[in-house]
This record gives sequence, structure tokens and C-alpha cells, in this order.
Amino acid sequence: MANHTLTTTIRFSDEQAMLLEAASAFCRDQSPSSAVRARFGSETGFDAAHWQAMVDMGWLGIAVPEAHGGSGLGLGACVVVAEPLGRHLLHTPFVPTQLAIQGLLAGASAAQQAGWLPRLATGAVGTVALFEADGDWDLHAITASAQMTGATATLSGSKTLVPDAAVADLLLASVQLNGAPALALLTQADIAGRLQRETVIDETRRSFSLRLDGLQVPAASLITGAAATQALAAIRQAAWLLAAAEAAGGIAGVLAVTLDYLNTRSAFGRKIGSYQALKHGCADILCQLERVRSHVYHAATLLADRTSGTSGTSGTSAASVAAEADAEIALRMAKAEAGDAFVQAGDRAVQFHGGFGFTWDCDAQLHLRRALWLQPWFGDAGHHRRALAGLLLGAAAA
Amino acid sequence: MTTDLDDFRQQVASWLRDNRPPAPDFLLPESFMEVGTDAQFRYLQAWQKKLYTAGYLGMAWPEAYGGGGRPQACQDIVNAEMAQQKLPFVPNTIGLNWAGPLILAIGTEAQKQRYIRGMLSCDDVWCQGFSEPDNGSDLAACATRAVRVSDSSGDHYILNGAKIWTSLGSYAKYMILLARTDPASKRHQGLSFFLIPMDAPGITTQPIRKLTGEYGFTQTYFDNARVPADGLMGREGEGWAVAMKTLTFERGAAGGQAGGLARMHLGVDDVVELARRSKRDGRPAIDDPQVRDQLVRFLTEAQGDRLCQSRARIPALTSERPDAIPLSLKLRWTEHSRRLMQFAVSLQGANAGRWVGDAGAVDGGLWQRSYFNAFAATIGGGPSQIQANIVGERVLGLPKD
Repeated sequence: MANHTLTTTIRFSDEQAMLLEAASAFCRDQSPSSAVRARFGSETGFDAAHWQAMVDMGWLGIAVPEAHGGSGLGLGACVVVAEPLGRHLLHTPFVPTQLAIQGLLAGASAAQQAGWLPRLATGAVGTVALFEADGDWDLHAITASAQMTGATATLSGSKTLVPDAAVADLLLASVQLNGAPALALLTQADIAGRLQRETVIDETRRSFSLRLDGLQVPAASLITGAAATQALAAIRQAAWLLAAAEAAGGIAGVLAVTLDYLNTRSAFGRKIGSYQALKHGCADILCQLERVRSHVYHAATLLADRTSGTSGTSGTSAASVAAEADAEIALRMAKAEAGDAFVQAGDRAVQFHGGFGFTWDCDAQLHLRRALWLQPWFGDAGHHRRALAGLLLGAAAA
Repeated sequence: MTTDLDDFRQQVASWLRDNRPPAPDFLLPESFMEVGTDAQFRYLQAWQKKLYTAGYLGMAWPEAYGGGGRPQACQDIVNAEMAQQKLPFVPNTIGLNWAGPLILAIGTEAQKQRYIRGMLSCDDVWCQGFSEPDNGSDLAACATRAVRVSDSSGDHYILNGAKIWTSLGSYAKYMILLARTDPASKRHQGLSFFLIPMDAPGITTQPIRKLTGEYGFTQTYFDNARVPADGLMGREGEGWAVAMKTLTFERGAAGGQAGGLARMHLGVDDVVELARRSKRDGRPAIDDPQVRDQLVRFLTEAQGDRLCQSRARIPALTSERPDAIPLSLKLRWTEHSRRLMQFAVSLQGANAGRWVGDAGAVDGGLWQRSYFNAFAATIGGGPSQIQANIVGERVLGLPKD
């Protein structure tokens, strides 16, 4: 694996280009900052009409195979929706629903897929409950558990940082079962009364803890064994990609906010954007934005290549192992770069706004908060760089 | 055709392996800008001549003028193989990459006949006179004067002024020159572009000693220097447009370059390899968590820049700011290289403090010298701070200061 030769191809279809244009226009029109702020006080954090519009435009089914009522474009194509959502701070349960879809595609039984995928493609909300109180990114370090009695599993323990759980029709919760990870497919009826809203740094989001103690689910609602491991891996990769895409959009968004201010505000008799101290800082943000977007669309390309065959089943040929490593490298690079660059862009944006930047009314803080949510979500940059070191440089001697 | 090219690649690879020049007993420069001693120059000149004689340079240039008359794909294969085998670069860069393509594009038949062959063989070295001592990166501020005179000995221009950062100035036979022909003009107007002989009366060169202690550039003075008028490229007053056309050859956007390797490139993979053979606190540096984190940062950044080149070809993914990738390229890439070389030096433990010529210097001091020379790229062709202004103003639309 030493000096791994990395692929550099980016493919982008006309169909994706049209989707990107439509999603960008939709998010721009529907999510001015006044609307973003108005949603802070709402229970769900999103506008049901927005969700319905996205369903009607077919965006929820992008990664769902045609056999299950989707358009079968694959996860890579979801980037064109996630990026504008991030840019315009338009929160919806789009990303958590995609994670649930990817988990089902990678690990669910045929019956589970047939039961859920058509619904998720048409507006049912999905989400995942993988983290626990310690906030560890290791998705296999699970303390919540399931005990089987006959064909019924009794769950115990708690999950945390579950996005949009209050509106979720399907929730995939990770538990230990006989010493290995398993996923329980929970419905809104299952989790009623078990949620506690969490206060998170990004006020556009809704996040919950989930108490599992005593919850009983039928064996038919479990994903176990190797299928569960595959599902967790697929969810994780989807989270890396879509978080990176949201962050790429966020960098562009916060840069636009900052440029607008720098072109309007004057100090000492001239526009503050004419000062090199600020201009050069913006140039740095632009350079990082360009790199991040390139990483994101490259990772999306590799995922599209991988899922062009059958979803969820990973091959064992040397070529498919290499393709798998390429995809993991691309995804981790995208997540690491996007996470760091978005925090840096948000941080500088606050600073460059001067006194206004220190106020609640300045939109820079909205993006900085988002960046601080996304960066540690499913692994921060340091976490991914350590994994990349193994992939790119080989294992370090003990 | 694919199989033909595969055969050709193997043939080239094999020839290059067999004809690699023996390692010199001095440290080679990394690009034509750093050629500082006669020994370095003669070694590289001989290498270029050998490549050209074997038919591996100017392969896609017309046969009538000394080129190979073959498809560009053949030259691309040679270039890639040279890089792959980490062979020395060919030194006549200004000729092969700038002057040559320009002459072939807009030169007269006589100019093509006179200049191209010697350029390819490296018998005739070319240099460039754009920057001036008082005007740094601002080419349009060009103050070197050219006045046309006609007398019994024919039409000439009389040149007065000075150029700086003339690479290979001590060895060059010809120069491409930007000079002001209309004294009343300002900025981009009134400039003209010339091919001039460096041995014309009134031209003198003065070597410049670099921060590395080496020589590699000259300052060139014109004191009533008299050059033939037929060296004018394009029309009088159109020099700016011709210079810009030349710069597009430099960026490789327009194609048409003679090929060969323009510089010895030290990239992240080379630094990874250095980390494998360096020691840090009792173990290979490559096993040190901090070193690994830094290497991954550099690998990720370099990959990001390569991916930008891929994305730049997709209009739907560059529509908001189509100039963002090309106009930030130099800033991103040169700063990356400078930081990378600085890091490479830091991998050498206490030996990081050694310098070229010391027996204990890692790789003969290559990395220390590369770090210093990296400033040539972050400063030359418009320093990073000017590049950041360009990005801020032309890409992001911020006001000028």
C-alpha cells in the first residue's frame, strides 16, 4: 500500500448537473437566512412543505434502486442535494434518511428492504441511532444490548445524538447481540415516549437521546451478523460523504456571507474588502473550498462506480478490494478536508465581520455552528488522517 | 493505435533506462532556473542533445524545422517516462516551452528555419527578458526602451534599460524580450515583443547570487544595444498580446511545447520515501504519529489539487466561479511545495542543519536547497501575496486596494 497511486477521475452526468441546478435554486429560494432563523423555534426544525416538495421532485429516491421505487442513481448522486442544503442552511431529514437507506441496502433482508425502501423513497423519514453517551466514533464499541427470548429481542441501554428522531418513521439503532453488533429497525410507535431532545451547537438541527430499556422488537426487525457489520460500514461511509458535501456547501455559503459584508462595510474611508488582511484570508478560504469540492465529487464518483453493480455486496477480487480502498481513501480525505476547512472558514468569517461578527444577528455564526457540528460527526479530521495514514503509508511499527 | 503506443512506450522506457546519463559528482539543479555552474550546464546540455538526437524531443514539431513530425501522443509518452524514471530535465526551457511554440505559431518562415533546430539540440540556449529590476511582478510597467532606426546597415532597434531574473543569461544565445516602443504609452499599450541575439553590442549580463549561495540568474543590461529589426514578433505595439500568448504556452494550456522534462520534481511521494529512511526518537520517522499526520495532510492537499484539475474540466461543477481553479492554481501549488520542502528538511533530525557540500548532508543537501529554491516559485511569476490579490479581486470580486 506504500505510495498508493490515487485515482483522479471525476465524472458528472448531465442528469446530475440538472439535479444540482434544481437543488441549488430550490434551497436558495426557500432558505434565506430569515427563514433559517424562523425555523429555530419550530418543533421539527424543518418545514413540512419543503420536505414534501423534495419528495415530489424525487430527491428522496435518488439512492433507492428502481425495483424499490427510486431512481437508482446511487448514493454518489445525493451529493448534489446535500451540498446546496448545506450552503443555504436548509435543514430537513434528507441526510439521516439517506443513512437509513444505505444501511438497509447494505444489510437488510429482502423483506425488510421491500417493506421500507419504497416508503423511504416517497417521504417516510429514516434515521440512525449509533452513538452513545461517550461520543466515541467507534461504531462497534456499543454498550446498548439486545437479549433474545424466542423470536423477540429485548433491548437495553441508550443511544445519543439521534438526528430527527421525533419525526422518524424508521430508526436503525445499534445494539450488542451475542457479542456482535446488530441493528434494530424501530418505528415511531416503538420509540414514543423514549426520546429526550438534546441541545446541540447547530440550532438548525434536531437531535435526541433514545432510551431503549425494555423495548421489545421481533427478530424480523433485526439485522445481525455480517449483514449488520456491512450496514454499519455503509452508513458510516454515507455519513462521511454527505457531511463532507454539506460542509462544502457551507464553506461556499459562509464565504458568500463574508464577501457580501466585505463589499459593503467601510472602515477608514474604504471598503474593508480592499484590505489585504481580509482579502487574503478570503483567498485562503476559496483555495480550500476548491480542494474540498474536488475531493467530495471525486469520492462521489468512486461510490457511483462501486454501486453501479449490485448494492451492498462487496466483491473479493483484487480489483474490488483496491476499488474499496480507493473509495475509503477518497471518502476520508473528503471528510477530513471538508470538516477542517469549514471550521476554519466559519471561524475566519466571524472574525472578518468585526464587531458585527460577535453578534447573534450575523449569519457567520450560523455556519460556524454548523461546521462545529459536522466536523466531529462520524470522525474529525485527526481521526480520518490516522486511518488514512494506515491506508496510504502502511501500518506503523508498534 | 493503442498497441502501437504501448510498443512505443516500452521502446522509450528501454532507451531511457539504457541511456540515463551517469550520476554527476555534483548536485544537479532542479530546473533551468537553478543552473548555476558550467559543469551543471554542460551536463544538462549534453543530455538534451542526446535526447534530441535520439528523436525524443520536439517529436510533434514539424520535420521541416528539425522536429519529429509525429503525434503529440508520442511526446507525451516520452515526457511521462522521463518523469517516471526521474531522469534529469532538459535545460532549454524558455526555447522549448515559450519561444519555440511562439515562433512556430506566428513566426516567419525564415525565423522557423533559423531558430528551431538549434533550440531543440540545445546548441542555441534561450532566455527571457520580461521582469525588470524596478517592476518586479508588474510586467505592464515595463520601462526598457526600444527605438527603431534605419540606416545604411539596415533596420535596427536601439535598446536601453535592464531586465532581471534572466535564467541561463550567461549561456543564452537569444532572448525573448518585452520592451516599450512607444515612449508616450502607458501600461499594456506601446509594448513590443522581440527575439534578440544576446551577443549584440551593448548587451551585458551580471550573474545574481541566490539565497542558496549559488548562481542561476543574471541581470541583463542594455546600453544602446543594437538589434536587428526583423526580430520583432507581431506588430509594433502588440507586444503585450504576444507576451500573454507566450505565457499560455508556459501554462501548457495551448499545447505546442517541445516536450521533455522541464524540472526535476520532488513531490509528496519523495518525502514519504525520505520519512521511511529517516530516524526519529529511535524508530523510523514514518512510524511517528505526528509525521504520519503531516504526511497525510500533504498527500490530501496534493490530491485535492490534482482533483481540482479534473473538476476544472466539468463546467457544471465550476459554473459559479469558472476562474477559481486556474487563477488559484499557482497560489495553491507553490505554497504547498514550499511547505512540503520545509517539512522534508525537518524529517532529518539534527542532520537538518547540514548544507550542500557537507559529507553528512542527507541526499547531498538536496532538500535544504529545494526548500530555498521553492521560494523561486512562490515569488517568481507574481508572489503569493499578488496571487492572493488576484484571487480576491478577480475571482471573489473584492475591491482593489
